[in-house]
Amino acid sequence: MSKADLHHGDDALIAAQRLAEWTSRAPELEEDVALANIALDLLGQARMFLSRAGDEDQLAYLRTDREFTNVQLVELPNGDFGHTILRLLFFSVYQQQLFASMRGDEIADKAAKEVAYHVDHARMWTLRLGDGTEESHGRMQRALDELWPFTHELFEGNDLRAGWLSVVEPILAEATLTRPEDGWAPTGGRSGVHTQHLSYLLAEMQVLHRAHPGARW
Amino acid sequence: MTRGEYEAVAAVPDPEIPTVTIEDLGILRDVEVEGSRVVVTITPTYSGCPAMDTIRTDIRRALPGRDVEVRTVLSPAWTTDWITDAGREKLAKARIAPPWRSDQRLSAPPGTLMLSISVRCPNCGSPDTTELSRFGSTACKSLWRCRACGDPFDHFKAI
Repeated sequence: MSKADLHHGDDALIAAQRLAEWTSRAPELEEDVALANIALDLLGQARMFLSRAGDEDQLAYLRTDREFTNVQLVELPNGDFGHTILRLLFFSVYQQQLFASMRGDEIADKAAKEVAYHVDHARMWTLRLGDGTEESHGRMQRALDELWPFTHELFEGNDLRAGWLSVVEPILAEATLTRPEDGWAPTGGRSGVHTQHLSYLLAEMQVLHRAHPGARW
Repeated sequence: MTRGEYEAVAAVPDPEIPTVTIEDLGILRDVEVEGSRVVVTITPTYSGCPAMDTIRTDIRRALPGRDVEVRTVLSPAWTTDWITDAGREKLAKARIAPPWRSDQRLSAPPGTLMLSISVRCPNCGSPDTTELSRFGSTACKSLWRCRACGDPFDHFKAI
């Protein structure tokens, strides 16, 4: 089993599950549809990567939290809309860099086209909210300060951070947000060490399959 | 490839936009007949397109009594440039503005979005339209509104 496929699949699956929680709760109808669409793209990526790593259903529904290898960034609760948008920005720019580095890989080439739309969506909201009202700016800066430490884990075992920063930093600057200093860098996701939030997410995601193995529509 | 089998599969409608077929959209890549066995190759439009399972079932139904294998390929990745001229006409008739072709768009480096300047309203033909949301009723469409006639409409996103 390819560890890289498992990492990319787990990241996409957990990010998709979190985004899907916004369905019927987003600030406006168009945004509800947008977040659900992005979640669907990520779920599709997860299925492709996990199917290449093994049995997608077994991997998604029958592993415990200690067996998941996603970064902690994607498992954190959604927080407010600003948190969700900034995380989407961080994660989708990371995916953009990652898939560009994997050019020639059939899954990466397919997903790269969709991720360009995700990056653009997150970028436009970051600019609108960061450079928006005093309230929206304050919320975005708080979200940025809270999420920044969790971005370091995305770059364990790769050299994508310089490229990532070259995209993210100008967006933050244009959004009048202050990029936090690098400091605390929580880690462990890739080896199955997670925040408590992942267990609750998995409980909800897996309950049907565990109660009714093999259930079909 | 045998014409009869190909035509039967090519006529399968897209489950989400039934006005066009899987051939019109460029989802159907190949039909091969190997004795009694038919191997159909398709490619997804978007990674998470929920219509793929239905399409597989519909392909099997289009070839009753045959041993059908449906293969899914990811590479080369699907592009809206594969939508046929007939498909584009059918989309427009269904009031879904067809996507720009890559040679009609501003060139953009790989990994960035290629944006069109304007999308013509499929209802009244006016170019005075505005994008309401880049994500529409399905993964492959965005939502627009015409300033001239006031109608909202779907636009098939170029990808």
